Amino acid sequence: MGNGVARFWREIPQRYNVVGNKCGSCGRVFFPPRESCPDCRRKSIGKMDEYKLSGKGKVITYTIIHVAPENFEEQVPYPIAIIELEEGPRITAQIVDCPVEDVKIGLRVEKTFRRIQEEGYTGAIYYGYKFKKRK
Amino acid sequence: MESIGIVSYGANIPRFRLKAEDIASVWGKDGQAISRGLGIFEKSVPAIDQDTATISVEAARAALARCTIDPQDIGAIYIGSESHPYAVKPTGTIVGEAIGATPELMVADYEFACKAGTAAMQTCTAFVKAKMICYGLAIGADTSQAAPGDALEYSASAGGAAFIIGKEKVIATINYTCSYTTDTPDFWRRAERKYPSHGGRFTGAPAYFKHITGGATRCMQCVGSKPEDYTYAVFHQPNGKFPVNVAKKLGFSYDQIKQGLMVPYIGNTYSGASMIGLASVLDVAQPGDRIFLTSYGSGAGSDSFDITVTDEINNLARKNAPSVADLVGDKQYIDYGTYSKITDLLYWE
Amino acid sequence: MRDVAVIGVGLTHFGELWDKSFRQLIAEAGSKAILDSGISGTDIDAMYVGSMSSGRFIGQEHIGALVADASGFSHLHIPATRVEGACASGGLAVREGYFSIASGINDIVVVGGIEKMNDVGGTSATETLATAADQEWEAFFGATFPGIYAMIATRHMHEYGTTKEQLAQVAVKNHANGVLNPYAQYQREITLEAALNATTVAYPLGLLDCSPVTDGSASVVLCAAEKAKHFTDKPVKFIGAGQASDTLALHGRRDICTLDATTYAAKMAYKQAGITAQDIDFAEVHDCFTIAEICAIEDLGFVKKGEGGKAIENKITTRDGSLPINTSGGLKAKGHPVGATGVAQIIEVVQQLRGDAEKRQLQDPRIGLAHNIGGSGATCTIHIMEAM
Repeated sequence: MGNGVARFWREIPQRYNVVGNKCGSCGRVFFPPRESCPDCRRKSIGKMDEYKLSGKGKVITYTIIHVAPENFEEQVPYPIAIIELEEGPRITAQIVDCPVEDVKIGLRVEKTFRRIQEEGYTGAIYYGYKFKKRK
Repeated sequence: MESIGIVSYGANIPRFRLKAEDIASVWGKDGQAISRGLGIFEKSVPAIDQDTATISVEAARAALARCTIDPQDIGAIYIGSESHPYAVKPTGTIVGEAIGATPELMVADYEFACKAGTAAMQTCTAFVKAKMICYGLAIGADTSQAAPGDALEYSASAGGAAFIIGKEKVIATINYTCSYTTDTPDFWRRAERKYPSHGGRFTGAPAYFKHITGGATRCMQCVGSKPEDYTYAVFHQPNGKFPVNVAKKLGFSYDQIKQGLMVPYIGNTYSGASMIGLASVLDVAQPGDRIFLTSYGSGAGSDSFDITVTDEINNLARKNAPSVADLVGDKQYIDYGTYSKITDLLYWE
Repeated sequence: MRDVAVIGVGLTHFGELWDKSFRQLIAEAGSKAILDSGISGTDIDAMYVGSMSSGRFIGQEHIGALVADASGFSHLHIPATRVEGACASGGLAVREGYFSIASGINDIVVVGGIEKMNDVGGTSATETLATAADQEWEAFFGATFPGIYAMIATRHMHEYGTTKEQLAQVAVKNHANGVLNPYAQYQREITLEAALNATTVAYPLGLLDCSPVTDGSASVVLCAAEKAKHFTDKPVKFIGAGQASDTLALHGRRDICTLDATTYAAKMAYKQAGITAQDIDFAEVHDCFTIAEICAIEDLGFVKKGEGGKAIENKITTRDGSLPINTSGGLKAKGHPVGATGVAQIIEVVQQLRGDAEKRQLQDPRIGLAHNIGGSGATCTIHIMEAM
């Protein structure tokens, strides 16, 4: 049966809609959401407000994966990048919908909804964010 | 009488394209002849990480990007497809979560071959009319597959469109809708089988043509209209020939159906086909334009709609999402080998 | 806080050791270290074991107890603890052992590191290694462990002009060193061309930029410095130790090209030792990937940030250079049995300082440093040593 589904279900708002949170004390935005703000620490406990990020950002660094884990073998070669979102947080995600050569540091990207992986042919399908070029 | 109809719309078409000629050359057939005969040059192919759910989400998000509706006011989502990712677990809930419409939401998935999306439109229209919901979201989307070497391989493609139905800021009123349905086994897929089967030439006269002409005629009778009254007509498009022929049979001109005829460039997107055709029309429609839509689903049935575009269409931010022409033009060609890998023709353990 | 010394070392061969089980490996390394030290079993106050992922590699947790048992010490009921920090598990185990003596609680401690990676298939091993990264926010989306270091390399190349040739030179150097290490997994040279043309794993890193999957175990015996001469005439003591943490995911770091955990752990260690980076004569650094060695020599303060590529190009870090790095062959040529690596690094430093490094022996080294990293830099542990 493999992994339980709860772990992945819990993070649907993050994977589907880039929902993070914002420190009620200093306004800093986090993704994924945190229990407290590392800058404000105890002042922020109980003050972390849900915050939906725009899903727009730019590529800070990237690689092209040629040797992939089992669930991603069919997509090889694929770009993985660290993307700095407009609101500040950085995330790691796959770049899609463009030739591998187009992926560069500084590339402007936005989120798109894709299948990320699945638990084999009989298991659950996990959807989430990948990123594509934007103007 | 309050007008109920389309409030916004959006489409999504995967970028990969496979040319009919490339398919033909693998099977030792004359590609140009097949292209000409079918009226299809190339078809859309989903990437390995795209499916009916991802296409539906992107189409729904496009529709929301064009208007200012709060997704929480969407009270129902119905998605029609022949390729829902799960046999049991609705695509509608995935889309509902992805657009922020949950949890006060009615959802069910639909199947009626290629007309499941228009059936969803009828359901949403009825719910809005009954004042049970503010807005309904109707989606038709597919990543249809065909058996290797089968005639359907040239046309079975991927894409979808989403329509938000409501009674406020309606950009195109749905004045009337009705259906024409019989038990006709022209094309089917048994549960647990991967590829569909079909009745060859039986899919023509007794199936596609009978139901579209039956449904269209009935609708125009009830509405009291004639083909000349319409600016645009959209018919289901399993290939590039059938819709042209049925239009002629019914008295519509090629000019009326041109804007909604996408199949030559993207293939038959099944539950997305008539819906994408309608989206293409709405991309260019002007206030006052009348649109006639008749879909067709094997098994068999047709849903007809008499639609009038309102002044409100100029207030819709159509440029906030790609037009069907943009989507058709944003493409990357792949070869048959890549297509096989993607559509799981190669056996993966 | 009293001084602590290493009085014995022992390790197994590193490689694909089909005939040796987890228990056999740890028992072999442990007994070699104990024999080398001259202590008897009853002298051992505690055992610390570093192992990253015995659970996923051999389905076994509770390694502390298992190691005491496999070593034949269960009847002595010695306290045994497993320490984990991904690829820094070995170094962390050494640190725990060190503190337990420095604090006065123990006098003699045996520290071991072990990983048995080949009992699972290659894909499984790769996926297990990826658990050193952020499972939910990096690996889940398709990032592999080499992919994460590759992203450091891409950015380093972009900001500092580091080249693929410079990366490849790290691998060439370490293989040249590995030839002289009888315990190394690879005891053969590679050419620059071979390294540059190797299959791409995650651009810009190729197969020869990556350390291998390895079985192996390494062990050291630690003793209070004041008692060390009782057991050996060549004790080597710790003069500085540091440890630091950082965000689990690379995307959370302050600077993609800098492993701040290294900088902070080094500061801690240099401060304790009362020295600066310039006083270090040689070092074993964590070259899980070639780019990691380039960042390490920068972040440890041996060269300025961004100059790591030039340093390797100018042959500063070869065996004959002014600052030999990874005379053991590094993780690249020696092998990287994850939990054992941190301990094996200590052993190379000790061997060099004792004059026991045989063909790899440097001319009169006085102060050596061992640098052990967990994941993509979320954990770092550093030890600085000097012959007593």
